[in-house]
Amino acid sequence: MIGDQPEPGTRFPDSRPESEQPPWRLDFPIDVPQDNYIARRDSVKFLVLTSFAFVVGQIWIAAKSLVRGRGAPPSQRIATVDEIPLGGAIGFNYPGPTDPCLLLRTADGTLLAYGQKCTHLSCAVVPELEHDRLHCPCHVGSFDVATGRPLAGPPDAPCPW
Amino acid sequence: MKRPFTRDQKTTIVYGVLCMVLILVVLQLWLLTATMNAFLGGDVAVVWPALAASLVCLLLNAGLLRYVYALESHS
Repeated sequence: MIGDQPEPGTRFPDSRPESEQPPWRLDFPIDVPQDNYIARRDSVKFLVLTSFAFVVGQIWIAAKSLVRGRGAPPSQRIATVDEIPLGGAIGFNYPGPTDPCLLLRTADGTLLAYGQKCTHLSCAVVPELEHDRLHCPCHVGSFDVATGRPLAGPPDAPCPW
Repeated sequence: MKRPFTRDQKTTIVYGVLCMVLILVVLQLWLLTATMNAFLGGDVAVVWPALAASLVCLLLNAGLLRYVYALESHS
């Protein structure tokens, strides 16, 4: 109620009175404004549930980051220095069997290790020590061999040590 | 004395609340994708601030939903 005026009852989509409505509409009377109100209210409810699901996702990521940061990975024997030629590279897996890495020995004898997955879309990078770079053939990206920072192509994050 | 809202007024309010909740949910979706991207790239510095921001959005959304239900109980 607003003052002395009653709340409007069932209203039809075309705003005509009940006497002018077709019989089928009278058989299935729907209060359209009320229906709209309920639908919007339920949409709000559904979106709040979605919002809760996003927070659960964030909590899951936070929990994973806690687990990941716990403890240093174990040391692993890869090769002796003599087994890697100057300007050469060998592949190994670390810390897990599905984590490909590269051990490089530059021309001046420096040993460097990098993850072999490109930081763009995880293609395998190829060492090109004559050009002082790690090259990703998938999208022509490259990384500086001394620092791992991206030099060209789509990758914008450095190659992990 | 405060007059209760008419149904049309309530519908307008619910539309407004729906818009605000929608904006907050889109913000949360962006936060989640950005956090996941950073996490998979090895950057965990953003994880906790993003969780806090997402939680604030949820609390705001819950407050707005509570207001919508309070709107009905007062009429």
